[in-house]
Amino acid sequence: MSEAARESRRAGRLTASPAILLLFIWMIVPLAFTVYFSTQNYLLLDPENRGFAGLENFSYFLSSSSFLNSLLITLKLVGSVLVITVVLGVLISVLVDAKFPGQGVVRMLLISPFFIMPTVSALIWKNLLMNPVSGLFAWLFQLVGLTPINWFSDWPLLSIIIIVSWEWLPFAILIFVTSLQSMDQEQKEAAQMDGATPVSIFRYLTLPHLARPIAVVVMVEAIFLLNIFAEIFTTTSGGPGDATTNVPYLVFTQALLEFDVGTASAGGLVAVVLANLVAAALLRVFGKSLTQA
Amino acid sequence: MPALKQRRQIADTVRAICSWLIALIIFFPIFWMVITSFKTELGAFSMPPEFFFKPTLENYREIMEANDYLHFAWNSLVTSGGATLVGMLLAVPAAYSFAFHPTRRTQGILTWMLSTKMLPAVGVLVPIYLMARDLGLLDTRLVLVIIFALVNLPIMVWMIYTYFRDVPRDILEAARMDGATLFQEMFRVLLPVSRGGLASTALLSLILNWNEAFWSINLTTTQASPLSALVASFSSPQGLFWAKLSAISTLACAPIVLLGWGSQKQLVRGLTFGAVK
Repeated sequence: MSEAARESRRAGRLTASPAILLLFIWMIVPLAFTVYFSTQNYLLLDPENRGFAGLENFSYFLSSSSFLNSLLITLKLVGSVLVITVVLGVLISVLVDAKFPGQGVVRMLLISPFFIMPTVSALIWKNLLMNPVSGLFAWLFQLVGLTPINWFSDWPLLSIIIIVSWEWLPFAILIFVTSLQSMDQEQKEAAQMDGATPVSIFRYLTLPHLARPIAVVVMVEAIFLLNIFAEIFTTTSGGPGDATTNVPYLVFTQALLEFDVGTASAGGLVAVVLANLVAAALLRVFGKSLTQA
Repeated sequence: MPALKQRRQIADTVRAICSWLIALIIFFPIFWMVITSFKTELGAFSMPPEFFFKPTLENYREIMEANDYLHFAWNSLVTSGGATLVGMLLAVPAAYSFAFHPTRRTQGILTWMLSTKMLPAVGVLVPIYLMARDLGLLDTRLVLVIIFALVNLPIMVWMIYTYFRDVPRDILEAARMDGATLFQEMFRVLLPVSRGGLASTALLSLILNWNEAFWSINLTTTQASPLSALVASFSSPQGLFWAKLSAISTLACAPIVLLGWGSQKQLVRGLTFGAVK
């Protein structure tokens, strides 16, 4: 090996190691502890009474009806928000893609919710808009002679889905609008000359062009949506009953409300496996359009 | 064909109106929050809602006078700024290594880094909580700085790596030929030419840290709580103070929304690792 190549390797190793090392510790140490705790009987309020529990925590967590329920809620939440944000995101992006007065302002308004803290957006929706007595929606309903909806008690999951979709729709728009700017305009004009309808242009030119950005949006959103916590914490606290308890929120209640470290750890590991399953499934479906450069 | 032209004009107008309408609807909750922050508590609660009212700065004055707002804002600033600084110090050298000294394992390491983002926070909440407790770090700004930095490290490495890949290698090699040390090569040559990319990476990290709520709520109580946790505390009894909640929320979100507006183009590139152009 030449002196220069050896030097390059040394420099590369020297500069990359701190990040790799710390990230490795950050990943492996808590995970190892979680695996260990998940085999223990360990209640924070009764720390003397610790012992090996085998797979009891897992069977307890997995067989409890609250787990199946939270799994279903997680999938419903992630699935609906993905569908809503991608479909509306594509339609709105195509709409605002053409030149019109104030286009820049419209774009800024459209992407703003993405920068709002999840805790803030949850509380604004809950108190100022969806409140059944004095919220703006209640007033709108009364205005047209309807009974105001009691959002968080009658439609708890739908309310959460609306809030989370509002937060993530701007992200989809941001990505799609950027991607549309790079579309081949000449091809579009040629198709128009040949008498293609707007619908067929959308179907055969725009949608294929957006395949890759759609894949990106689905992947990135899925990572964040599987971890939704703040919106539930600040609005429904998982209720009423367990109507809005997703897997992260269930583990949180086990860990910090019931102080059951063993079961919470088992639940945490289940969440890790779940996230990886979803990621693997998404990669199977969308992986191709991501790797094709 | 004047008829066709006219039809096209109408279509364009309809399109512009629809775009504006949708944008205003999506922005409305933010607008309403800002408006409510200038109402009296009674006015914020009134039914039908007040659309025309005498704006008051009372809520902002009260928040500022009860100095706890500044305490939380300071925590937000220190934790998100500190974590961004730590993250950059770790991410820049790593990205430099992956971009300019790649080995056979580089792609694998980059993918692995991103996969740590797949690790749900709840999966490791318990051990992190217990470790923080045993080390006496619960409710300290330090613990948030460490966690924010590590949580965002993969994204930061990827972003900076995407920017570094576009820097011509010749410049760095020329500097090396002239006898520049590794340190000089990074600080004198590489960093100045990739200023824009570094700035938008730091910005994204700042935005994500500022808005983070999961770790803030679970690891802090009052001493080190950032604004995101303060706002969350309004979910229960205090929630009746809507005007004040709106004022705090407006103050908490304004800097980040302004940052976001100013950097939307670069953010897309960073968020999608250059996969969307």
